[in-house]
Amino acid sequence: MKARFLIAGALAALSLAGTAQAHRQWMMPSSTTLSGTDSWVTVDAAVSNDLFYFEHFPMGTDNIAVTEPDGATGKIENAAKGRYRSTFDVHLTKPGTYRIANVSTGMMGSYMLNGKQERLPRGTTKDKLASVIPAGATNVQTAEMASRNEIFVTLGAPSTTIFKPSGVGIELVPVTHPNDLVSGEAATFQFLLDGKPASGLKITVIPGGIRYRDALGQIDLVADKDGKASVTWPQPGMYWLNATLGGGREGGPGGEGGPGAKAGEGAPPAPRPQAPAGPPQRRASYITTLEVLAP
Amino acid sequence: MQIRHRLLLTGTAAIGAAGAAAAPATAQTLNVSVNIPRLSVAEYHRPYVAIWVEKEGAAPRSLAVWYDYDKAKGEGTKWLRDVRQWWRASGRALNFPADGVSGATRAPGDQKIAFTAGKGPLGALAPGNYTLLVEAAREVGGREVVRLPFSWPPKPGATVRASGSSELGAVALSFGK
Repeated sequence: MKARFLIAGALAALSLAGTAQAHRQWMMPSSTTLSGTDSWVTVDAAVSNDLFYFEHFPMGTDNIAVTEPDGATGKIENAAKGRYRSTFDVHLTKPGTYRIANVSTGMMGSYMLNGKQERLPRGTTKDKLASVIPAGATNVQTAEMASRNEIFVTLGAPSTTIFKPSGVGIELVPVTHPNDLVSGEAATFQFLLDGKPASGLKITVIPGGIRYRDALGQIDLVADKDGKASVTWPQPGMYWLNATLGGGREGGPGGEGGPGAKAGEGAPPAPRPQAPAGPPQRRASYITTLEVLAP
Repeated sequence: MQIRHRLLLTGTAAIGAAGAAAAPATAQTLNVSVNIPRLSVAEYHRPYVAIWVEKEGAAPRSLAVWYDYDKAKGEGTKWLRDVRQWWRASGRALNFPADGVSGATRAPGDQKIAFTAGKGPLGALAPGNYTLLVEAAREVGGREVVRLPFSWPPKPGATVRASGSSELGAVALSFGK
């Protein structure tokens, strides 16, 4: 069982790093705004093309962490994995805003040993880096990667205790609280990269319900010098927000919708962003699902 | 149900009376009449109704919320967020049951409720322009908000009227002493 989980984890990591690049990972809570003193949310978690339809692959739930409004560690319950989507519940018993997050960090890279290029094993963490590079290795090239997929749900009034940045990867800090979004109003979020304002970060916002419309309706934002970006919500509904650095993901060069996306399949292959000729790029990605209510 | 509803209001009145010493002897009242339409639908539940006051630059004040306040384990509070404008403006900052604010759901027809300036949930009103909002949200039904602007202190004999079109009928605000 343990081994199977490990394999599943490795597969998930593989799909995240490679083949899933054309797809979108998401978590979809049953509610983001709740009243009462004892409530539940159930969350669908999947990797798919269309938002928010589970049609491709379930998202792993082993690594999902819940942070309660007071900063305590919560838990997911009733986790189950289906063919196309995973599902789990979170029991809300404290007033304020909860974070439900799937965060992973690691190192990737390569080195030369005995005239052969070797890759760092998957799952290499920064503190283990020294131990995985054998003596005699030359031309060591490494890059950090950090991915964060998180959602927020609020019981009662929104609170901000959980938004203390960890300083790793891309993080969202509310200017507008992510559980206080209303159609027709502007919302501003600050994005940090490793704890510092992610000035110039490209952010993509896509409304859910893709299946029933022709246009993607993508909203492209660029963070200002303070890492802040604003969006005025065109209609109520669920929105998928993504920001990615390196790796040619959505919004970036070579990514879906970005320059060079699916460029002429018969043409000579362009250098693949996943396997750059130079040193590996720093990779960081951020995903959240935001609910915008009608006024 | 009806009796318990009265008991709750009586309890509230007592709380209000305790703090009434400071209120002027000729305290103004806001008399609110809310028509809850009788609907011919397969599954009818009485709506949750919230009544509150907004003033630009001031925190909104909840005056009343009619909901299933007497369900076991406070289960009726689960749907308060569906009265969503009120929930955002004021409801989410309250604890339930809220003294002087929580009340039972009401039947279709003209429902009346009065608030006294300087007392209870209305409290003292500074002179200025206000809006009284009435929002109704019905289980397996719709939602509607009606707004009644008024100025304070009110002109003698003033009545503000507005009407909903689906979940609320005629709503009126008049003033008394």
